Amino acid sequence: MTLSFFDQFMSPTYLGIPLIAVALTLPWILFPTPSARWLNNRLITLQGWFINRFTQQLLLPLNLGGHKWAALLTSLMLFLITLNMLGLLPYTFTPTTQLSLNMGLAVPLWLATVIIGMRNQPTAALGHLLPEGTPVPLIPVLIIIETISLFIRPALGVRLTANLTAGHQLIATAAFVLLPMMPTVAILTSIVLFLLTLLEIAVAMIQAYVFVLLLSLYLQENV
Amino acid sequence: YTTGSGLFSEILTEHVPLGEKRLMDVKLGELGSWLGKRDFTPNGVLASIRNGHDRYYNKYINVKRGGIGGVAMLLVGYVALKHDRWRKYH
Repeated sequence: MTLSFFDQFMSPTYLGIPLIAVALTLPWILFPTPSARWLNNRLITLQGWFINRFTQQLLLPLNLGGHKWAALLTSLMLFLITLNMLGLLPYTFTPTTQLSLNMGLAVPLWLATVIIGMRNQPTAALGHLLPEGTPVPLIPVLIIIETISLFIRPALGVRLTANLTAGHQLIATAAFVLLPMMPTVAILTSIVLFLLTLLEIAVAMIQAYVFVLLLSLYLQENV
Repeated sequence: YTTGSGLFSEILTEHVPLGEKRLMDVKLGELGSWLGKRDFTPNGVLASIRNGHDRYYNKYINVKRGGIGGVAMLLVGYVALKHDRWRKYH
């Protein structure tokens, strides 16, 4: 009984091929390459509009050095938002519930921002460890605290994993446990399921966005 | 060449080499040798995947007033595939 709650998160294989490979390449099919035409079909028009708006918003606070990261950040955002939203379809596997994937995305990118900051402007990067205007006796403690908070930043990946896993688990529990156990209040449970699905749609989009936003903030400090 | 569909398909595809005919033009008895001549190298598989994708894309998505149907069909097919695999383990 306890094990079956988490079955939906086990990385499935089929004939030896890990299905996560299929789930990871599916977003690639859904975003066609824009052709050289002036007026494209609706899918490409929507896609282009979204990408342009998003990149513009994202790059507003970054200086010129950070603009090199535009392609990386926008493609990361598209990737995450597609993976999260596709995971809401029935029977699909969401790769972003796997901690390995999210940490694999978060740690290298965070480390890159730290290394860039330390290489290009070491004084300013170290200076971020001490906020302005701290009372002198507090300085040693605060530096330790700020260093710890710097190293805890890869929790970006953990945040994404936790949010998505929690949401999926809630829906699974409501569907497989509550619904069969209390048929008399089935209407209430269906309403709960519906609301949870709405929440999940929102969470999917928000989490992807937060991931990329925080990364761009780390970049902004260090570039 | 395109599919020899319609009234004269047999006559039109008489002199096309077997390995290059499309599936609907191959006679039942020739099916085994047709399969042997298809290009199953990785490049060939990729080429046929790309071909299939282009045909689907140009028919359903790359149209002037394409609605949500083109992408929706793809997603429903994906869910159907996954439903089938889920059934296998439960």
